[in-house]
Amino acid sequence: MALLEIRDLHLHMRSFDGEAHVLNGIDLTVDRGEIWGIVGETGCGKSLTGLSVSRLVPTPPARYARGAIRLDGEDLLAADEKRLRALRGRRIGMIFQDPTTNLNPVFRVGEQLLDVALHAGRSDPSLLGLAPGASGRALKRAARELSLAMLDRVGIPNPAARLDDYPHQFSGGMKQRVLIAMALIGRPDLLIADEPTTALDVSVQAQILRLIHELVREHQLGVMFITHNLGVVAQLCSHVAVMYAGNVVEAGPVRDVLKSPRHPYTNALLAALPTAGTARGALQGLAGTVPSLLTPPPGCRFFNRCPRGEPGCTAATPPLVGPEGGHRVACPVVLR
Amino acid sequence: MIRYILRRLLLLVPVLVGLSMLVFTIARLLPGDPVRLAAGPNATPADIASVAKEFGLDRPLLAQYWDYATGLLRGDWGVSIFSRRPVLEDLSTYLPATLELVLAAMILAVAIGIPAGLMAAVYRDRWPDFLSRAVSLGAISMPRFFLGLLFQLGFAMWLGWLPLSGRFPLTEDPPSAITGLLTIDALLSGNFHALGIALQHLALPAIAMSLSPLATITRMMRASTIEVLQQDYVTTERALGLSRGKILFKYVLKNAVSATLTVIGLYFGWLLGGTVLVETVFDWPGLGLYATQAVLTQDFMPIIGVTLCIGTLFVLVNLLVDLVYGLLNPRVRLR
Amino acid sequence: MSERLRRGLYRFRRSWVSVLGLGIVCLLLLIAILGPAIVPHPEHVAGLVQTGTRFQPPSAAWWFGTNEVGQDVFSLTLAGTRVSLLAGMAVVIVGAVIGVFVGAIAGFFGGWLDEGLMRLSDLMLTVPSLILAMAVAAALGPGTGNMIFAIALSWWPGYARLVRGEVMAKKEEQFVTAARAMGAGSGRLLRRHVLPNIVSPVIVKMSLDMGFAILTVASLGFVGIGVKPPTPEWGSLLSVARANMPDYWWTAIFPGLAIFLAVFGFNLLGDGLRDLLDPKARR
Repeated sequence: MALLEIRDLHLHMRSFDGEAHVLNGIDLTVDRGEIWGIVGETGCGKSLTGLSVSRLVPTPPARYARGAIRLDGEDLLAADEKRLRALRGRRIGMIFQDPTTNLNPVFRVGEQLLDVALHAGRSDPSLLGLAPGASGRALKRAARELSLAMLDRVGIPNPAARLDDYPHQFSGGMKQRVLIAMALIGRPDLLIADEPTTALDVSVQAQILRLIHELVREHQLGVMFITHNLGVVAQLCSHVAVMYAGNVVEAGPVRDVLKSPRHPYTNALLAALPTAGTARGALQGLAGTVPSLLTPPPGCRFFNRCPRGEPGCTAATPPLVGPEGGHRVACPVVLR
Repeated sequence: MIRYILRRLLLLVPVLVGLSMLVFTIARLLPGDPVRLAAGPNATPADIASVAKEFGLDRPLLAQYWDYATGLLRGDWGVSIFSRRPVLEDLSTYLPATLELVLAAMILAVAIGIPAGLMAAVYRDRWPDFLSRAVSLGAISMPRFFLGLLFQLGFAMWLGWLPLSGRFPLTEDPPSAITGLLTIDALLSGNFHALGIALQHLALPAIAMSLSPLATITRMMRASTIEVLQQDYVTTERALGLSRGKILFKYVLKNAVSATLTVIGLYFGWLLGGTVLVETVFDWPGLGLYATQAVLTQDFMPIIGVTLCIGTLFVLVNLLVDLVYGLLNPRVRLR
Repeated sequence: MSERLRRGLYRFRRSWVSVLGLGIVCLLLLIAILGPAIVPHPEHVAGLVQTGTRFQPPSAAWWFGTNEVGQDVFSLTLAGTRVSLLAGMAVVIVGAVIGVFVGAIAGFFGGWLDEGLMRLSDLMLTVPSLILAMAVAAALGPGTGNMIFAIALSWWPGYARLVRGEVMAKKEEQFVTAARAMGAGSGRLLRRHVLPNIVSPVIVKMSLDMGFAILTVASLGFVGIGVKPPTPEWGSLLSVARANMPDYWWTAIFPGLAIFLAVFGFNLLGDGLRDLLDPKARR
C-alpha cells in the first residue's frame, strides 16, 4: 500500500465572485523514500494540495467536492479533527516557505520545539524511548533530550545553549533548520515541504537541501517538495509532478520528465528556463494567461495557451495516462 | 535593564519640572481671587492683605514658583487654603482610595476584556463576536456618572444588595493601615470581615469605572488576535499537531496581549485623572473628590498637587508598561 | 479583485452601524435646530416653576414626567440638545483650530520651535484633562463660553500632533518644493498647499472627538461647573436629579439616556467616517 495516495481530488473555494474550482482532479502517489517535486506557477494549486494532505485548508470557504486523500489507506477527508491532530506532527511533518514568519517570535525556540516533541511523545511514548504510561515528568525530560538531539542533528552548533534563544537570535538558515527539526521530531513518515528554500540565500539553500536529502535517506521519508524551481527539483527529487491550473499535467521519475518532457506545458516551462547557453533576449515566455478558475473552460485548461491544441481538447479533462509509477502525461494529443 | 529603568526615572525629572511649571502658570494666570475667598465674605482689605502675605501670593510669579518648586523637594507641597492642612498630607489620605478604585477597575477590565477580545476574534463574525462588539460600542458611549447612577438606583436602592456610596462605614473598624488600600490591608491582616465590607463598597464604583477601558481593551484585543491568527507561525503550530487550546491560550495569547498592552497603560493613566465623576457619584473619598472640592473653592495648591501627583503616576505607569512590553517581547531591547 | 470586493463588502456590512449613527445624529441636529418650536412646554425651559405638578411620573401628559419644581422633563431634555451639541461642536472646533495652528507651525518651521511646542503638547497630555478643565472653568466663572474654552485648552495637543506629522510629510513632497522654488512665501505655502491636504484627517479626528466632547461637557455640568441652570443642560439636569433618587428616577434617567444617545450616535458616525475618509486607519 502506498504511503500517500491522492485520488481525483476536487477542491472548490467559495469567494464573493462565486465558487472557484481550484483543484480539478489531482492524482498523486507518494511512497516511502520518494521525493516528489510538485512544480507549477503561482496559483496552480500546488500549495493547496500540500495543505490538503494535512487538512489545513479551512472548510468553509473551501469544500472537497470529490476524491480521496489516503495515508496508509486511511481516508483523511473522512477523519475528524482529533484524529487529524494525532496525525499532524506525528505522521505528517510540514515545513513552510519563510522561516522568519513561521517561528513564533515571542517564545524560546526550545519551548516551541519541546511542545511539538511532547505532542508526539504523548501519542507514542516509544518515540522518546519511554514505555506507555510514563509520568509527565519523565515525558518532559525525554522530550527535552530529544529536542536537543534533533537540533544537533539538523546542524545547529551548541544546541544546549541555543534552546533558550529566541527566533530573532537565529539567522534565516538556522531558523529553517529549527523548523525542519520541529517538523521531523515526531518521526513522521511523510514530509510536506512548501518552498522551504525560496526565502533563503542561494548558499544557504544548498545546505538546507542537502540536509533535507540526508534526513529523507535516514528516515526513509516520503516527501512532497513543493517548489517553482526546476533546478531544485533536478537536484533533489526522485519524482516530479507538474501542475497547471489545478491539474497534474505530467508526472513521473524526475529523469524521464525533465529529460524527455511530453506535455506542451512542461515543454514550455523547461524552455523558459535560462541555461548558460541561452542567448541574451532569447528567453521564452508563454503567451496568454491562466484561465479563470471561477468559470473554467471545458476540457484541458491549458488549451488557450497550447501550441498543439486541437478542437477535441475541449471535450473533457484529459486524464493522466501511463504506467503506474512511471512517466504519465495528461494530453491525448502528444500520446497519439 | 536596571540602567534602563534608572535612565527612564532620570528622564522623569524634566517632565515633572515642566509639568509643575505648566500647572503653576495656568493656575496663577487664571482670574478668580483665592485670597478673597479664603479671607471670607466680610473681610476688610487689611484682612485680605494679611492672608495674601501669609500664603506669599503678593510676590512675583517666578518667585512664587521658585518657592513652590523648592518646597516640593522638601516635601512641602503647600497648604490648602480651604482645609488649612498640608497638601501632601491630604494627598496621602486620598491617593490610596483612588488607586484602589482604579486598580480594581483595571483588573476587571483586563480580566474580562482580554478573554472577551480573544473569543470575539476566534468566533469572528459569529454571535460571540457580535455580542462583544455591540456591548463595547455601547460601553464606550456610556457616561460613567450615569452608569454609576443607574447602578445605585438598581443595586443599592431597589434591590438593596450593595451599599449606596462611601468607601468604608464609620461604624465599622477599618483594617489596620498598611498600604492604605483597604482591600489589600484587610487581606494582609487577615481581617475577612473588613474585606467583605470593603469589597461591597468597592464593587459598584469599580464596575462603573471599568466599563470604558473594558470596551477598549476588548476591541484592541480582538483586532490584535485577528492579526495574530493570520500569522504563518499559527499555521505551523497547527500543522505540527499542537492542540487548539495550546495554540490559542499560549502561543496566540502572548502575542496578542503584548500588542494590547500599550492601550492598557494609556487607559490606566487616563483613569487616574478620570475618577472625578465616579468618586462624585459614589462619595468615594479619593483624589477626584478632593480635586473637585478644591476646584469649587478655587484652592490652587491642592489642584496643582493633585495634577502633579497624577502626572507622575501617569509617567510611571507608562514606564511600567514599557518594561512589561520588553519582557513579553524578546525583540525589544531595553537600553 | 476578490480582495477589493471583500473590502467593499466588509465596509458595507459595517456601514449599517454608521448609517444608524448618522440617523441618530441627524435626529439630534433636527431637535437642536427646531428646539424651542417643538418643545411642549417652552415656559418650563425658560424657568417657570409650577409646584402644583411636581414629581409627576411619566404619563401621556408628561412623557418623561416632571421634576422637583414641576417642570416637564421631556421639554428640558429636548431643549438640552441644542446646548450640548453646540458646546460639543464648539469645543472640537476651538481645539482643532488651536491644534492645527500649533501643529502647522511646529511641523513647517521645525527646529527649536517644533521642539518646544511638541514638548508642551506632551506635557499637556500628562495633565489630567478633566481636572484641568474643571479648574479653568471654575476660575473663569460660570458661562458656556468659559466652559468651552476650558475644555478646549486640553483638547488641542491631539490635533497638534496629527497636523505636525502630516505637515512634515507633505512639505517634503514635490509640489511644495516646486512652489517654494517659484518663490512662494511660507505663509502662502502653508495656506495654499499644505493645509488643504490635511483637512480630511482633521475632519475624521473631529468627528471621532465629537462624542467625547459632548460627554466632557455633560461631565462638567454634572460636577456643577459650566452651564448653569436655568439653561437646561443634560449633565446638570442629571446632577440635580440625583437628589430625587430613587423615588423620582425619571428625572435622572431621561437626561442620562439623552447623553448616552448623543455620544453613541457620534461615536458610530465617527467610526464610519474614519473608514470612509482615512484609508490608512482602516483595518
